[in-house]
Order: sequence, then structure tokens, then C-alpha cells
Amino acid sequence: MTETPDTTNGTVYHFEKGPQGTLMAIEDFNLWYGHKQALFDVNMTVERGFVTALIGPSGCGKSTLLRSINRMNDLIDGLTTKGKILLDATDIYDPDVDVIGLRKAMGMVFQKPNPFPMSIADNVSYPLRVDGIRDKKILRETVVNALQASALWDEVEDRLEDNALGLSGGQQQRLCIARAIAGDPDVLLMDEPCSALDPVATAKIEDLIDELRGRYTIVIVTHNMQQAARVSDNTAFMYLGRLIEYGETSRIFTNPKVEKTMEYVTGRFG
Amino acid sequence: MKTRRNKENSARDDEQTPTNAGGTAFNSEVRLNVNSKATRQGTDEAASAPQLITPQRKSMVWDFKARGEPFLWLFGGGLCVGIAMIIGFVVLIVYNGILTFYPRPIQVVLLRDGSRLAGEVARAEDFRPGPEVMAKLSEETRKEIAVHEGFARRTLYRIGNFDLYNEDFRWVVDYEISGSTTPEDMFFIERMEWGPFIGTIKSLDLNGKVIEKSSLSMETLDAEQTRGAGRRERIRGIERGEIAAVNHYLEEERLKLKKVGLQFGQKSPQYAEAEKEFKTNSERLELQYRDLAKEVAAIKEKDAQYTIALADVSGREKTLKLSDIVRFYPANKLTFSGKIGVYLSRWWEFLTQEPREANTEGGVMPAIFGTFCMTILMALLVAPFGVIAALYLREYAKQGRLVSLVRICVNNLAGVPSIVYGVFGLGFFAYILGGNIDRLFYPERLPTPTFGTGGLLWASLTLALLTVPVVIVATEEALAAVPQSMREGSLACGASKWQTIKYIVLPRAMPGIMTGLILAMARGAGEVAPLMLVGVVKLAPELPIDHFFPYIHLDRSFMHLGFHIFDVGFQSRNSEAAKPMVYVTTLLLISLVFAMNAASIMIRNRLKRKFFTGHF
Repeated sequence: MTETPDTTNGTVYHFEKGPQGTLMAIEDFNLWYGHKQALFDVNMTVERGFVTALIGPSGCGKSTLLRSINRMNDLIDGLTTKGKILLDATDIYDPDVDVIGLRKAMGMVFQKPNPFPMSIADNVSYPLRVDGIRDKKILRETVVNALQASALWDEVEDRLEDNALGLSGGQQQRLCIARAIAGDPDVLLMDEPCSALDPVATAKIEDLIDELRGRYTIVIVTHNMQQAARVSDNTAFMYLGRLIEYGETSRIFTNPKVEKTMEYVTGRFG
Repeated sequence: MKTRRNKENSARDDEQTPTNAGGTAFNSEVRLNVNSKATRQGTDEAASAPQLITPQRKSMVWDFKARGEPFLWLFGGGLCVGIAMIIGFVVLIVYNGILTFYPRPIQVVLLRDGSRLAGEVARAEDFRPGPEVMAKLSEETRKEIAVHEGFARRTLYRIGNFDLYNEDFRWVVDYEISGSTTPEDMFFIERMEWGPFIGTIKSLDLNGKVIEKSSLSMETLDAEQTRGAGRRERIRGIERGEIAAVNHYLEEERLKLKKVGLQFGQKSPQYAEAEKEFKTNSERLELQYRDLAKEVAAIKEKDAQYTIALADVSGREKTLKLSDIVRFYPANKLTFSGKIGVYLSRWWEFLTQEPREANTEGGVMPAIFGTFCMTILMALLVAPFGVIAALYLREYAKQGRLVSLVRICVNNLAGVPSIVYGVFGLGFFAYILGGNIDRLFYPERLPTPTFGTGGLLWASLTLALLTVPVVIVATEEALAAVPQSMREGSLACGASKWQTIKYIVLPRAMPGIMTGLILAMARGAGEVAPLMLVGVVKLAPELPIDHFFPYIHLDRSFMHLGFHIFDVGFQSRNSEAAKPMVYVTTLLLISLVFAMNAASIMIRNRLKRKFFTGHF
């Protein structure tokens, strides 16, 4: 690890440009936890309407990068950043940017399902209620749409007022996805959404991601390379805090341009 | 063979100490001989003299230290001792408390010297008579005592009739007794004054119409006593209710005038006007007062015509007003249902009436009410204080050395002796805060203090201060137990920090906060020492809540069960008579604390069910 990372960082790009253009651009992004640098000059774009996967071995910084996008890392003491993350040409690390407003524009799904201890309907309508929306009709409409979009509607239709903690793990995760899209975000951030789920539930979530493609821009962190290969359009491979290769998913997994990527996707390390 | 065993052992090492399995695998051969969990040095020592014996599975060798049975017995024993102490205490209190009000038979004891006494048996014990006492005894008695290794038995009788005998209880040694009976005409009569009377009823004088004992039926007695009690209640109602109200309004008028005087000066036109108004109003009230006083006098005069003539066991007579009798029953003639009736009516009196006779008789209703009010008020004050402080410490403050220091200080506050809080409460709350409130808002009442002395508000505040560390610590723990993923989930939805706390963190931490509040209430309700300084009194003339504006009087002093126990048990003229009352009051205090805790636990469990169901 060099102390002063070179500016080009050696990243190899061959990603597919989205038909709807670019939504987000990460420019020379560096991040430190205290004195420990976790991200080194990351440069990449997120294409609108695409599913972008972040892969890499544990501790490579992919979750850190994802959490930097909606500034969830702000909660950590002693965190410093350098560089820009542009969302529609606005730098989200600009001091004028309202973090709360920023997060409203982004939905996030976590590793472990984290439904709130309230009813299913209240869970889904939470982003609206914190916005101060009290109109029962709008709330109800949003709940129905979000649950339908997250393919949970048929299973919970008749028990919307039940406690969300009574759902199964897979249902809880789909509920969290419904909650994430209820606020009508531009981007959906998913941090290993299937790592706590069984294969059947995982398959359902993957189908759901596939359905959401095009409607939402999705950034997904995953440990599961098959999953990345199945659901994503572009894949970014990260290693030791650096972006090594960012390209079309099919090429990353079949014929990557960097040796390190090849070693990782074929399972020689990681 | 050797390699195979080596492998086997290293595999087992893997299971036991997965972190350094690789490092220990090479000398597992020698460790076979070591039965106890060998330390690293131990294995090196054994390695110097290697010898191969039949391998023995280490896990199957009985090891005293590893098994932990001694610790099981130690921990279990500790728990048992704790539980035994608690159960013993509760059983003692409940047994004595529950039996206190059960009517006992009256024994008439004939003594050797020819005198008689009548009373309830309180208790009996063995004692060793002194030599000068022994010298006066007969040969026979001395022999009898010698047989019992110098011990004689004596019995404590509750003889009542304090006005005749100047004592309530009397010890009688067994050898003084020549015989005892339980005559059916003995009555136990509880009076408004002088404690109980034990004796027979001679006659009844109903406004000149005399009914002798022979023609007196229980029904007539009951009916006349009830009527007498009705007159007593009427007098009390007028004196404590209507006359008290007139006095209250009269005082208000006086204060109003004084206030005008202070505001505008005694020579101002406003004062003259107010004085005129005061005169008309006070004259009207004085008139009312005179009418009421006349009515009371009339009832009292009539009441004095209804009397009952009693006689104690040796024939000394005593005449009482019928209205002075609280309760009476023929102790030796009572059926079981009659006894239960007396028992329940005594409990009812205890729970709903005011105390009489320097708190040793009557009820404790004002004390129950005072304790309840104070505890609720304390909980209402301490909950926001504690929760807000804990929220700041846990959610907002930057965790560092300063916050740790604050936390340690808060924990240490819980160890300050409660009397110190009492002194602080009196000095700061009552004298400084209360004194200033009086000067600002109640200048007309000075020099009589309103808030400038101990009272319900200051007592509650003092106890809130005393219990706030408990709430802070419990709340902090409850907040820390809320999973970080919940907070992140909420923040990721675009909620602000406060919204996250309000909608997610606080509801989820509520059961833990309730636990802290329950602990605080239990501690606060049982605390007496600081209260003695900041507002608890032996006998409060008025309840803190009544029908006079502003209805809730936070400035008033109040009664408290804990202080009542202290007062009855250690400050009354007759500690023997007070003992049962101490048990009953303790039982009541424990029940009250238990009931309040049970209520909060129920609320907590309801909250818990809401937040802790499901899979995770």
C-alpha cells in the first residue's frame, strides 16, 4: 500500500453506458477512518436505470463506498473524506447539502433485515410519515404500490396492521425494500441484501431486483459472485480500498482485463 | 500410529482452543498424560520426561475444577440464602399483619391474691425470676420453678381500660393465677378515646329511658350504637366540613384585603373599598359560622343524653356517651362469621379512616393517600428528567472522557445517603426556592410560609433527585440495547435524528425505561429519612387534594406510611399497643409498593410484547 496513491489509480474501465445517461459520478474519492485510509481515489460512474454491483474480498471498501453514497458514514466518529460524489452534478459532500434531504433521495437496504417494531403498513409508510405526510389516502396508496413493487403484496395483503416482526426473514427483507422504495428515491442502495437469507428467499429478492431494473438505479454490494453475475449490468471490482476494474458484468466474469479480477472471480482468493 | 494419534489430538485441540490450535498441536503427545487443563509451562515440564502410556481421553477424566460443581453449589446456595431472607421477611410481616385485626377471646383471670383481671392474651414467654422475687414465693412454687430449671412462664394480657388502670398491658406470672374463665358477657369496646374498654355492659340510658342489662338485646345495642355513630359523624361533618369551609373563606377574605393593602397601601381608595367588601363578606360568613356552631351545640347536647354504663371485671363503673363507641362485640360469644365481620370492619376502618389517639388507633387513609400522591408525583418528575439526561448522554453527546466522567458521577450520586438529599431539599427547594416563591406570589400570607416550608412538591422533587441516577442508568442501558441497525434503517429513510429517537429508539427502549422507573418508584416509596425534613408530618390536618381551589395543594405537608411506621412504632406512648399497628402498616406499605410496581410491570410487558416478537 503506497502512502500517496497515484491519481490515475490504474483502474481499467470498460463499462456499458446507460441509455438514460449517467446518474452519479464518484470523482477521486478518498476516505479515512481516523488515520486509516479505507478508500483510495475511487473514480466511477453509476448509470441511470442500471444495476451496478460492487464486488471484492472482505474489507476491500465496497460497503464503505456504498455507505458514502448516502452519507451513512457520517455517523462514525473521526471520519474524513476527500473528493466528490456528484448526484446530478451536485456534490453530496458539499457543506450546503442537507444530509436528510439527500437520504430521502436514496433508499437503502441493509445486510440484515431491519424492519421497525411497528405494523407492516407503518413500516412501509415510514419515509412518508417522517416527511410529515399525514393524508391517509396517500399513505395507503404508497403502501400498496410499494408492497406490490416489492412482490410482497399478495403475502401480506390481509395483515397490513400486523407487527412486521412477525414476518419471515425473506419477507422482512422484501418489506425493507418496499420501505426503501416507498419514498420514491432516485437510487436504491443494497448492502448485501441476501446474506442473511435462505436460497429461496434469495431467489425472490433477485427476481425483485430484476423487476426493479430500469425503474430505479440500483447499487448492490454482494459477496455472492453468481448473484452479481445474474442481476447486474455493470460490475465494479474493488481490492484493498481501490477500484481495480469497472466494466460490463458479462466481461468481468468471463474475460476480465486485469489479472487480479480474474483471480477473484475464478475463486483463487477472497 | 503415532502420527494418527497426533492428528486426532490436534483435531481435538482445534475444538477446544480454536485460536491457537496450530501452536499447540506439536506437543499434544505429552499432554495426554496431564489430566487437568495443562498450562503451557506444565506441558514443557512434562516434555522433559516423555513416556508413552495408553492414551486416555482427557475429556473423560473427572476434573474437579473443570466441572464447576462447587461453583454451582456456591451460586445456588447464595441464591437460596437471599430468597430465604426475603421469604422470611415477607412471611413475618404478612403473618403478623394479617392476624392483628382478628378478634381474640377475653379471658377473666382470677389471681391468688383475690383480684381479677380481664383481657386478651397478647403473648407468653419464659423468664427467670430474680432471687428477691423467689424469696417471697411459697415452697411449692419454688419447687415448681426448680423443676423447669429456674424458669417460670408469664403471659401478657391486653387489659385495656387505660383511663381506670393507667396501663394497657399487664404481665401475669402463671403461679399467681388460681383460675381463668371466659364469661360470655364480656365485651370488647373500642372507644374514640382512651383505647379499648374491656368489661360488661350494665345499662343503657336513652335520653332518660333506662334499659337494664337483663332486658337489653344485642339488636337494641347495635341500633343505638349505629345512631350514636351517626350523630358523631354529623358533628364531625359540620366541624371538619362546613365550619372548615367557612373558616377557609374567611381566611381568604382576610388575605384578599391584606393583598390589596400591600399593593396599594393602607390609605388608598382601593383599600377602603376592599375593606368595605371584606366587612360585608366576613359578617356574612361570621353569621354562617354562628348558625353552624349553634347546630353543633344542639346535636352535642342531645348526644350527651344517650349514654351507656359499663363496668370492668372488678366492678368499677364507667359511663360513656354512646357516640364515643367505635365498635363493640361480645368477644367470647362471637361466631366465626361474627369474627370475620369484626375483622373486615377493622380493616375497612384502617384503610378508609383517619388516625385517632396519636396514630395508634383508627386508620391510615391520609398516609396511604400521601404516599401514593408523592410517589406518583415523583415518578412524573423523575421520568422526564432522567430520560432526557440519558438521551443526551447516549444519543447526542460525543462519547469521550467527559461523558464517562459524567456517567461515573451520576452512578456515584446513587450512593449519597438519602438524609443528605433531605437536607439539600430543605435548604435549596424549601428555603431558597420556596422562600422566593412566597415573596413573589404569596406576600400577603407571610410570615406564614406557603411554599417556604416542607410540602408535597418539595418532597417529590427531593425524591426525584434521589432516584434520578437509577432512571438515567436504566435508560442509558435501554438505549444502548436498541440495535444500531434500527437507527440506520430510520436514518436511511430520511428521518432526522430526533425523528429516529422519537419513532424508533424511544418506543423500543420504553420497556427498559419502565424498568428503571419501577426501581426508582420502589426506592422512592420506601424512603423515609429525607421526607422527615421536607414535608412529612405526624398528622396532616388536610389532604393534599380537596374541593377548595386550586384543588391540588402541592404546598401542603402530608402523611406517609413509612414515617407512620416510625412514628407509631417508636414515638407513641405505648409501644406494646403500637407493635401490631407497625406490622399492619408495614404490610400495607409493602402492598402499596407492590401494587404500583405490578401496574408498571404490566404496562412494561405489554410494551415488550409489541417490540420483541418475531424471528430476530
